[in-house]
Amino acid sequence: MTAPLDVPGSATEADPEAVLAGADRKAIQGRSLGQIAWMRLKRDKVALAGAGVIIFLVLVALFAPLIVKFLGHPPLEFHREKIDQSTLTPTGAFGGMSWDYLFGVEPLWGRDIFSRIVYGARISLLIAFLATLLSVVIGTVLGVVAGYFGGWVDTVISRAMDVFLAFPLLVFAIALAGVVPDQAFGMSGDTLRVSLLVFIIGFFSWPYIGRIVRGQTLSLREREFIDAARSLGARGPYIIFRELLPNLIAPILIYATLVIPTNILFEAALSFLGVGVRPPTPTWGGMLAEAARFYTVPHFAIFPGLAIFVTVLAFNLFGDGLRDALDPRGR
Amino acid sequence: MTTPNEPLLSVQDLQKYFPVTKGLLKRQVGAVKAVDGISFDVFKGETLGVVGESGCGKSTMGRLVTRLLEPTGGKVLFEGQDITHMSQGRLRPLRRDMQMIFQDPFSSLNPRHTVGAIVGAPFRIQGIKTEHGTKKAVQEILELVGLNPEHYNRYPHEFSGGQRQRIGIARTLALKPKMIIADEPVSALDVSIQAQVVNLLEDLQNELDLTYVVIAHDLSVVRHISDRVAVMYLGKLVELADRKDLYESPMHPYTNALMSAVPIPDPARRNDRERIRLQGDVPSPLSPPPACRFHTRCWKAQAICKVEEPPLVELASRHQVACHFPEKVPQEAAEAVSA
Repeated sequence: MTAPLDVPGSATEADPEAVLAGADRKAIQGRSLGQIAWMRLKRDKVALAGAGVIIFLVLVALFAPLIVKFLGHPPLEFHREKIDQSTLTPTGAFGGMSWDYLFGVEPLWGRDIFSRIVYGARISLLIAFLATLLSVVIGTVLGVVAGYFGGWVDTVISRAMDVFLAFPLLVFAIALAGVVPDQAFGMSGDTLRVSLLVFIIGFFSWPYIGRIVRGQTLSLREREFIDAARSLGARGPYIIFRELLPNLIAPILIYATLVIPTNILFEAALSFLGVGVRPPTPTWGGMLAEAARFYTVPHFAIFPGLAIFVTVLAFNLFGDGLRDALDPRGR
Repeated sequence: MTTPNEPLLSVQDLQKYFPVTKGLLKRQVGAVKAVDGISFDVFKGETLGVVGESGCGKSTMGRLVTRLLEPTGGKVLFEGQDITHMSQGRLRPLRRDMQMIFQDPFSSLNPRHTVGAIVGAPFRIQGIKTEHGTKKAVQEILELVGLNPEHYNRYPHEFSGGQRQRIGIARTLALKPKMIIADEPVSALDVSIQAQVVNLLEDLQNELDLTYVVIAHDLSVVRHISDRVAVMYLGKLVELADRKDLYESPMHPYTNALMSAVPIPDPARRNDRERIRLQGDVPSPLSPPPACRFHTRCWKAQAICKVEEPPLVELASRHQVACHFPEKVPQEAAEAVSA
């Protein structure tokens, strides 16, 4: 009859203090908002898939020479023997796809499409990342300054944003990219073209993030923790860097991941129009432009199109997941 | 530095007008007279309670005294020093002595900082080195306000409202201030937690020899914590007296109305008292009524109330009232007024 009373765990009654202390210590593992966001993100399978694709693409871009060495042919190498000289289209089924040429070959010159896609990832991602970085830096600095200082500073910056947003960017980009010579600003070739595209895309899209940061700063500025810091004697830089910026990282990060695909598309559009990075350097947009001349060989258009599509989709899915994880109320 | 008779904080004819602008050129078309000429002294070791309806300028007054807002007129003296228009740079060392507790514990703590960073911020901002390092100092303060020092690395969102307010109090105590302005320190908390926080404030006052200015709209809280009470109406002080005098024999009609609105917990006694119901709303501070600002809602108002502003005068010992027709005035004072 005494057996049921002998509950397992009753031994702990001997020293409740120790148990309490143990429980306390375990409970005191504080979690930052970042850690909570990471836990939420880990549960979002779609966003994780997007992140996986992004990481894969970045690795492909980084190790492009290695991948091409083992799985393809140099992207600029002509393979006329793969071209039917009477129709100028690739010999063999499906545009010349084989184990040797995974995505087939281009019409006319017979360059390896697989290698060109792999190398195209470099240009696309490089321009998209750098342009986003540029617009985030300009937008954050000016947005915080406008929101925090207010008054005429805010008026000037906000009006500048309106001007930039009203700017016919595509027309300007085409004009500028066409006017700049092959050698300028101490750069030439691909370096110059990439820098130019980064500048055009980044410099003219900062108002989007600038507006978001300004709005967030305006609402944060009214919170009492800013007053608390001021009543402790904090100066402007302390308030901006220690109190405001940590609260702005989430919206900036979300916006950046959502603007990268836009920039990829914009770069592709410029390359398609022939004002991006110049041939023969492979770009996805440039490949699409060439493919448009050979509509009888659909695979030539399908692979660069697919590459753009998958990349943009991956960034968008990841960005959405990131937003849900960092700002669950914003759904 | 302060002699017993010299006030720690002295406010003289303090004014704050918020300009109302219109149009492209920001032409000023008017001003919200949030605080319009108030004067009072706060002495070392005492607690001054400030009560009044919403929008009467209580919080603005607190922010003016701590110089979070720039006063339009008047003077603020802290320990005899004029801080009314002192530059923020010169004000910084003085801020150690005058701290502020904020109303909303959910917006007064930066969600991205740990408790340790929040309570340690005063040391960092003021550039103060502590004997055994900031962490030790912060943990001692956390213990002082009744929090577990091991919560050092936790984030504000992991705490309840009452605990968060304790974190806010811990932050104000970090630099061992002489005076604390508490702007509605408990109004965002549950009633059961309010008592805890109010008692904590009282214990800290005894322990650390603090001087408080407690801004509140809850008359019971003010009665519990204050030594003297100031009543504000539309940016003006209407009555200032010792707690006992004010609660037992309020002289200003507005104070009487406020007192009659305090709920009585005993239903049997509830009907003994006549409730004064004020008619209408508080007039807009954009264009406050002339002369006595209470005349639009006062049941004793006469012609003079609309023409001549009643000055704040001492009608009984340590009992100042601004009214032409005060109630329950001691005989000799009444004669002095009519004379």
